[in-house]
Amino acid sequence: MGRQRDQDRAKQFTRRALVMGGAQLGLFGALVARMYFLQVVERDKYATLAEENRINLRLLAPPRGRLLDRYGDVLAENQLNYRVVVIPEQTGSIEATLEGLTHLLSLSEADIKRILRDMARQRRFLPVTIKDNLAWEEVSRIAVNAQDLPGVQIDVGSSRNYPDGAALAHVLGYVAPPAEADLTGDPLLELPDFRIGRAGVERVYDLALRGKAGTSQIEVNAAGRPIRELARVNGEPGLDLALTLDLHLQRYAMERLAKEESAAAAVMEVDTGEVLALASSPSFDPNDFNRGITAAQYRALLGNDKTPLINKAIAGQYAPGSTFKMMVAFAALEAGVIQPDSRVACPGHYELGDTRFHCWKKGGHGALSMIDAIAQSCDVYFYEVSRRLGIDKISAMARRFGLGKAVAIDLPGEKDGLMPTRDWKLGRYGQAWAQGESVVAGIGQGFVLATPLQLVTMTARIANGGLAVSPRLTRDLVDGRRVFERPAAKLASLGIPAQHMALVQRGMRNVVNDPRGTAFRARIVDPEMAMAGKTGTSQVRRITEEERRVGIRKAHQVPWKERDHALFLGYAPVAEPKFAAAVVVEHGGGGSAVAAPIARDLLIEVQKRARERPLPGARLAEATRERAGEPGAGR
Amino acid sequence: MIALGLAAGRRRLTFWGKLLQINWGLALVLTLVASIGFATLYSAGGGSFEPWSVRQMMRFGVGFVVMVALATVDIRIWFRWAYAIYAAAIALLVAVEVAGRIGMGAQRWLDLGVFQFQPTEMMRVALIMVLARYFHCVAPENVGRPHYLLWPAVLALAPAFLVFKQPDLGSAVLLLSTAGALFFLGGVRIWKFALLGGLAIAAVPVAWSFLRDYQKQRVWTFLDPESDPLGAGYHIIQSKIALGSGGIWGKGYLQGTQGHLQFLPEKQTDFIFTMLTEEWGIVGGLTLLALYTVILLYGLAIALRARSQFGRLLAAGVIVSFYVYAFINMSMVMGLLPVVGVPLPLVSYGGTSMMTLLASFGLLIGVYVHRDVQIARDGGVEE
Repeated sequence: MGRQRDQDRAKQFTRRALVMGGAQLGLFGALVARMYFLQVVERDKYATLAEENRINLRLLAPPRGRLLDRYGDVLAENQLNYRVVVIPEQTGSIEATLEGLTHLLSLSEADIKRILRDMARQRRFLPVTIKDNLAWEEVSRIAVNAQDLPGVQIDVGSSRNYPDGAALAHVLGYVAPPAEADLTGDPLLELPDFRIGRAGVERVYDLALRGKAGTSQIEVNAAGRPIRELARVNGEPGLDLALTLDLHLQRYAMERLAKEESAAAAVMEVDTGEVLALASSPSFDPNDFNRGITAAQYRALLGNDKTPLINKAIAGQYAPGSTFKMMVAFAALEAGVIQPDSRVACPGHYELGDTRFHCWKKGGHGALSMIDAIAQSCDVYFYEVSRRLGIDKISAMARRFGLGKAVAIDLPGEKDGLMPTRDWKLGRYGQAWAQGESVVAGIGQGFVLATPLQLVTMTARIANGGLAVSPRLTRDLVDGRRVFERPAAKLASLGIPAQHMALVQRGMRNVVNDPRGTAFRARIVDPEMAMAGKTGTSQVRRITEEERRVGIRKAHQVPWKERDHALFLGYAPVAEPKFAAAVVVEHGGGGSAVAAPIARDLLIEVQKRARERPLPGARLAEATRERAGEPGAGR
Repeated sequence: MIALGLAAGRRRLTFWGKLLQINWGLALVLTLVASIGFATLYSAGGGSFEPWSVRQMMRFGVGFVVMVALATVDIRIWFRWAYAIYAAAIALLVAVEVAGRIGMGAQRWLDLGVFQFQPTEMMRVALIMVLARYFHCVAPENVGRPHYLLWPAVLALAPAFLVFKQPDLGSAVLLLSTAGALFFLGGVRIWKFALLGGLAIAAVPVAWSFLRDYQKQRVWTFLDPESDPLGAGYHIIQSKIALGSGGIWGKGYLQGTQGHLQFLPEKQTDFIFTMLTEEWGIVGGLTLLALYTVILLYGLAIALRARSQFGRLLAAGVIVSFYVYAFINMSMVMGLLPVVGVPLPLVSYGGTSMMTLLASFGLLIGVYVHRDVQIARDGGVEE
């Protein structure tokens, strides 16, 4: 009885145990299926994730290409930047280490606070910067005491350096950390030390100068601690860029302009368009921008009415004044509104309707031919010729010479200037063009505006006999082995007849070399270097009848902002022109007295340089080879 | 009559005779599984016996001796002392609860100076004994009556509640599932389980309110690990990455990147299965699973072979408890169950669980050694 029941119970147990065992095996089967899914079906996905976990791709910033002048002299380079860092984990006691460093580096309370804050923020095996831009004595002081400072290291970074600072600031520009808007997703831009070109050549050629980033694959653990380097791909250093500038001449131009309050100058080769000097004064030190400029310094630069941040050589727009008279002369000769030797009488003023226009020479020049009118810069002659021409023909001629539109030099921020036409005025002001406005434009006043760069281009086009040369600032891109030289374009003709060209060139020669010329006192005496040119003095404000009666005030009696701009355009040597120069001195007074001597000095200097240091083609490649020996990618 | 004679003969076996009766095949498989554990711990230690592998070996050695010793103990002694052992385990659980309250915070062990003792582990064995005894004694016709189920339900729920309060969700689940299996094997009607299942589901909201925040977080994280990839979901995600990236043949012994570079948390304890399968691939995982299956089948065979209902239930309880451990741990590291902190039996580093497991296998083998012993329903020996 009891036994029977026990046997039933045993049978029931057996049944149920087998059911349970089956269920257990079934569940193990589910585990097998899951393992199959994870380890076979989805293996690649998880393998990738595991690799992403363990491999940290670190970018190696490529060294930025250097900027060189036409001879291969360095204009911008990368300088080693020493900084002292501490790895908290390796110091015995962080307080003791900081204490020791404070003696060696004279750290302030605020520095210590910042260091401790940085330290608290990151993992203990990551370096914390103690001090940046160490002086050499500081580096050696740390090195000498190294064994007493566990965990302290000297770290070498790279920063941009402009040895000539202010002299080239407007041309080279500067570099700065990328702003939010610059981030394109390229991780290179997000490296803490990375800088991009912010202005000037640094900005225009930024991509070529940057180079390509290298990568280093580092195995890290879950805490991010590097275990070992798995692979390394060295990047490509940025290309070196050779400019057309002559560093010596540039420095000379800056020194020469520095004697004036605010001025700009440009010197270029008339056959190639290569700009040898492009100066704007006053300037600023671009190195300040690299190191981090203070708000006060920046405000001072912005607030300065001599506009040190603006490159006046390409962005300063001035009424060209009498330097514009060549354009009127060419237009007049082409239109045939006057014969070269027919004379116009100048009584010192010119009547048009009710309006009287004055010549700069109070008593008048008497009767003048075109050559004399240019040489003596007679206003009345050009009033009359301009009236006969009308504004459209004048502007069209000026445009052929490169005015009225940016000449497209490789710099950012170039201005267009302004060559007005009848349509332009109607469109802009809704008013018809007045004849008087043509008369005023004939002496480069009124609406007419030009930049120094446009004026030097115009001068070069006259000097080279009417070829459409354009200014350029860069010669070659150099990558260590090859030099990408920019081919010289075949220059188009402006279509000016030779006899017209000869006539205007003669007038410009007389400006300087004829005793009656406006710039005779600024002539170059050496006949082999002799220059031709044209003075200009452009009014900033209208002279009232009252003032005219009382007599023109002396310059120092007028507020600086109201004084005339002084201009001079010149080229040399007169016999076989090679170089053109333009000088604008803002509110400097008379073109002949202020601007002409500067232009003369520049043209003398550039001719001397051409003799002393002719451009050797091989030299640049040599300078380049030195660089090829530099280590590739690295911090 | 022959069986009786044999049983009578066995009862007179000496200690050395019993040793010969021990199921050495099962002991060998247990040693193999433990050895997989030693090797994996050697890898987890960064290719070193220190700090884990060597200690695990010593514990296994001690545990093995304990297992053999317990196997020679007559199961009637367990039958006789089942309630006493159970009562002691309950008392210790309450002691821990009180100590924990005083010590502010979760406490699972009693510090006995020499070693730390986890009453939960003792309760695992005690509950099996007490339920096996209960279902042994209750008459088959009474098993179906609800009020006869009240007492065993209390026996199971009381310790589960105490453990759950510790809080140790994993062990509570383990106790309840072992108890459930014993109810089932003890003969409780199937439909009652369905009813219980329904009640359990209804009880979920109530249980939820008892969960600690971090436990709730674990459940949420299990349901959607990617919602918090660096926080609570990190363990599951990294474990799946390690496992999946192991592929078929694994990354090679000592070559697991997830484990060696610290991406894998708790690689020597709860996540040791992941460590194993990252380095040995699905091949390694299946090997371990196969060995576990062999142990499971051995256990079931022993249970089926035992002549007393107590022996059957004792063996089944041990094997179910072992199985639930293994299953929960592996499901957890594969992302099939929430992370509940259950070790992988015989493989995970940990002294207490190793000792308890081997002790319970001692009981299992003891059932085999005393397979022909018969026990009367009232506790006396049936002759």
